[in-house]
Amino acid sequence: MSNRYMLTLVGRDQPGIVARITAALYAAGANLGETSMIRLGSNFTVMMIVESETGDADLHTALQPVTESLQLVLHIDAIEAAFQQRPVPDACIVVYGADRAGIVAEVTGKAAAAGLNILDLESDIGGTEAEPLYILQIEGVASQGVDALEAALAPLRANGVRVDVRPIDTMIG
Amino acid sequence: MAVLEILVYPDERLRQDSLPVESFDAALQQRIENLEDTRLAGPGAVGIAAPQVGWFERVLIIDVSGRKKTTSHGRLVLVNPEITEWDGYAMGREGCLSVPDYTGNVVRAERIHLDAFDAGGKPLGFDMEGFEARAIQHELDHLDGLLFLDRLVSRRQDLFRRKVYKES
Ligand SMILES: [Zn+2]
Repeated sequence: MSNRYMLTLVGRDQPGIVARITAALYAAGANLGETSMIRLGSNFTVMMIVESETGDADLHTALQPVTESLQLVLHIDAIEAAFQQRPVPDACIVVYGADRAGIVAEVTGKAAAAGLNILDLESDIGGTEAEPLYILQIEGVASQGVDALEAALAPLRANGVRVDVRPIDTMIG
Repeated sequence: MAVLEILVYPDERLRQDSLPVESFDAALQQRIENLEDTRLAGPGAVGIAAPQVGWFERVLIIDVSGRKKTTSHGRLVLVNPEITEWDGYAMGREGCLSVPDYTGNVVRAERIHLDAFDAGGKPLGFDMEGFEARAIQHELDHLDGLLFLDRLVSRRQDLFRRKVYKES
């Protein structure tokens, strides 16, 4: 009976991080499930679900040489072992505009009130230093429908923010 | 009514080419019926291709007519289908009965022209677009041993894909 863990690793980005982490886990007999690995600013962030016959102390031991030499922060949580069917996103929101305090809270607050369960959110800042451009992309399940989401977010457009709400039509065949 | 077992990747049989149908006989009609029963028993599939049930001939069924705001030719049984024209491209999300619990972005032609035969051997021709054209391209791939996994593009890549709203 194997156990499941959520591993979080964060540190300054440098070549070989992913290879060294995953090699150490493989050598320890752990299996990777869903993972998200992405560079944020100058940091590299890794979150992954790992299955292992061993305990979390063994995972710590297995990763220690890597976390020490690359100076990564490691966190391990035991998580529920039950297999769960993944929810399929049916709505996508793209927001962009001049960088502005509170925009993520505003968008996600209105979206939550209109029934959106967020599955994936990423935001980025582009443009120039003088005129930064804020870009936000969200995917989720619109439990009250895409039209309700659109109606809830429409008022944001009055403030010069571009908001695009659209269905994600998944073709199953 | 017969609901057949759906082959699930990594079953290598999904990788083989399917052969053209040679005779439009009673056996073909029975197999088409079983294919349709299997599609309807699945979780919300708008299409199915014969090789997904281990039948390696060029037959597919699609029906996108149950979807709102979708241009459609209704339920179509298509034998020896062939796309003869492609136009434009669009990113869209796909899943597959043969690849459970995973969906991904795939680029497909926005509009196609399709030639095929019906179950009785009568020639058909359709101009298709959007979701229906996507379904056809997905199913036709099955006939050539391809899965949507072979055409995946990043999920983080469809920014500014469609209309943007003019500020009023
Ligand atoms: Zn498929």
